[in-house]
Amino acid sequence: MSVPLPVFVAIPLVVAFVLPALGKGLRPVATFLANLAMISLLVLAVMSFGDARVYQVGGWSIPLGINMVLDGFSSLLLLAITAVGTAAMLFSTRYMEQYTAKPKYLTLFLLMVAGMNGVVLSGDIFNLYVFLEIASIASYALVGFGGEHEELEASFKYMVLGSIASAFVLFGIALVYGNTGSLNMAYIARAIQGTGMNAGLAFALSLFVAGFGLKAALVPFHAWLPDAHPSAPAPISAMLSGVLIKALGIYALTRLIFNVFGVSIPVGWVLIALGLLSMVAGGLLAIGQWDFKRLLAYSSISQVGYVVLGIGLGTVLLAKGASVAWASLAILGGLFHLVNHSVYKSLLFLTSGAVEMATGTRQMRDMGGLADRMPVTRATCTVASASIAGVPPFPGFWSKLILVIAAVQAGFYWIAAAIVCVAVCTLIMYLKVQRYVFLGELPEHLRHVRETKGSMLVAMVSLAVLCVFMSLLVLVPSLRAAVLQPAVDVLLEGVNHSTRLIDL
Amino acid sequence: MLYALCFLLFMIGLYCAVVKKNMVKIVIGIVVMEYAVNLFLIMLGYRTGGTAPILSTSDADVATKAVTAHFLAAVVDPLPQALVLTSIVISLGSLALMISICIRTYTKYGTFDITEIRRLRG
Amino acid sequence: MKGMTVIVKTVSSWVKVLIFLFGIYIILFGHLSPGGGFAGGVILASSYVLLMLAFGREFVEKNLPLPIASRLDCLGAFLFALIAILGLVVGGSFFVNFLYQKYLPGEPFNLVSGGTIPLSNLAIGLKVGASLFLVIFALSMFRYDSESLANKRLSDRTGESKE
Repeated sequence: MSVPLPVFVAIPLVVAFVLPALGKGLRPVATFLANLAMISLLVLAVMSFGDARVYQVGGWSIPLGINMVLDGFSSLLLLAITAVGTAAMLFSTRYMEQYTAKPKYLTLFLLMVAGMNGVVLSGDIFNLYVFLEIASIASYALVGFGGEHEELEASFKYMVLGSIASAFVLFGIALVYGNTGSLNMAYIARAIQGTGMNAGLAFALSLFVAGFGLKAALVPFHAWLPDAHPSAPAPISAMLSGVLIKALGIYALTRLIFNVFGVSIPVGWVLIALGLLSMVAGGLLAIGQWDFKRLLAYSSISQVGYVVLGIGLGTVLLAKGASVAWASLAILGGLFHLVNHSVYKSLLFLTSGAVEMATGTRQMRDMGGLADRMPVTRATCTVASASIAGVPPFPGFWSKLILVIAAVQAGFYWIAAAIVCVAVCTLIMYLKVQRYVFLGELPEHLRHVRETKGSMLVAMVSLAVLCVFMSLLVLVPSLRAAVLQPAVDVLLEGVNHSTRLIDL
Repeated sequence: MLYALCFLLFMIGLYCAVVKKNMVKIVIGIVVMEYAVNLFLIMLGYRTGGTAPILSTSDADVATKAVTAHFLAAVVDPLPQALVLTSIVISLGSLALMISICIRTYTKYGTFDITEIRRLRG
Repeated sequence: MKGMTVIVKTVSSWVKVLIFLFGIYIILFGHLSPGGGFAGGVILASSYVLLMLAFGREFVEKNLPLPIASRLDCLGAFLFALIAILGLVVGGSFFVNFLYQKYLPGEPFNLVSGGTIPLSNLAIGLKVGASLFLVIFALSMFRYDSESLANKRLSDRTGESKE
């Protein structure tokens, strides 16, 4: 039985609107319903993994109505969103007890997940914009959830830059509609193939790069991320860093460049340049940070740079007409790094939330010696740090290795050197985290800390286990062919993919 | 020509959102930007000498449920109008959230000036 | 928020009812003439804003208490989702216009036509009206004491100059 695709958007929306109607006494029921919704989404995502189908909403045929598309790339991201979302929701059942307005938090969280699922599944450009806005507005409200000084400032900054990005994206969509006369991605792809790129479409593409690049926090547009991610509550930081910047920013940009506009060399070089800048700037700026979550936020910028670098490399190789095998390898490296980063960055933010809940501070200078008091937290943090720094056999090593091999084979030796240097920077910053947070002497005011309990522990341990087993995804060839390769094939097929999928 | 004026309005909104120091003026800049994009989107659907895309009894044959060709030739494109309705709703929600953050910031800091509310550094 | 003079109060209590009725008309006839759920909902909310400006916030809170507005909000969204899901159950895919296709085609240009579209308009009008009312009510609840704020600003500046 195939799951109808709107279910992925309908379940979180319906549960989100039922939750505020339950009164104060039914708060445990509200939490239970929210967790049940997320777990059911995860189960449905696993069940519909690997299909490739199109769902016509409302029964209207394709150019007249909106359609939702599930293919290899969408199902990979859907799996990442639901997995990280389930862990973050489990974590927040205990973590959000310190805030007062918990039912509103659950509503906003489920709305954000509904928006992200909609972005990943939509086959229509304007529908993508609507769901992008739903997820963005829910995340602006969630970043400022605590209502304190820093959170309001961070939320305002995030909101201003995010609204500017959305205005850019809408302007780009208007230009595309004006030039091609359709909003459906397959029809737009066919029209662009027929008429070629004119000035309006090139301007629209640059607006899309700016708008989605701002949502993905690439370097000239990254100013909101170091303030927004630390100020948000820890499970929201995990969702923002782990899946939101990827589903809204990188997925949308990749889908538009590969499947709608078609690859071209200037676009590929722009992506490579943005990726390199983000990697280097994020890595260097992160080393000097003393705030735990701010360091993790800058590290997010750096790792997203890796993903965009991989995808840009693939774009340039495809556009040159060089060997498809190396382009496929570059895109595989980028996508695998995307999935890896979702898992281990969200695990890192969850551990930082656990540490913050136990010690009451985020400044690493005030911490130390927590290794004896919080052994499980320390173990999960070490697993995540080792993966992100690229220590074998953890998955981070394999994704960086694939990117280095692809860069070397394509002849760009300086890119490979940059990847290795930034990997060393990443190792330095995570050694700093380990040294100042967990090793060393336990200060006087922290003698009372206890290990994290309950659902927070379950969420962190499950993500850590997933982290360890993710390296099997690329090492075992059958798993790689089932999980990662369909996503790469969708992107390699380029503009013919969407027209083939709806049998134009 | 009119499209260039729309783009000029968009740039004015962008300038206002980037340069001004008062939070409320930044919000107004963003609203002007969204307004410019909505205007651009509606102008895309225009057909010279067109009429509104609303059916009346003279434009459709009730028995066969077919619309007259004269109607189809004279009417402007209704799809951008639906897109703009959606966009206006979205910007209303976003504006409500921005204003509430401005008000909350005012009660905490006592000022609307963004150069004075910088506590996050680094 | 305090109220206004007697003239304003009397006239606005009549005008509010007319605006409310106009909002309901825009929602109901949304499939025949311009308007629809969102525009009608905004007009419904603005009738309550008129009441809030003329009579003061406490009166409006007694008129339409906040928990009831919140429940109406959720009810509107839930009705809309219910129409979508009924489309799946009865018709075969989400949002399909099952009333038009199977049960109640109706005549064009009449009030009863267009299938589930007027019902969706009603649900959206209810939700938007309740939501906007809650938003404007919540925004008007921020009251600030300008004297204490001026003192805080002064102390912030002197505190910074000491550091």
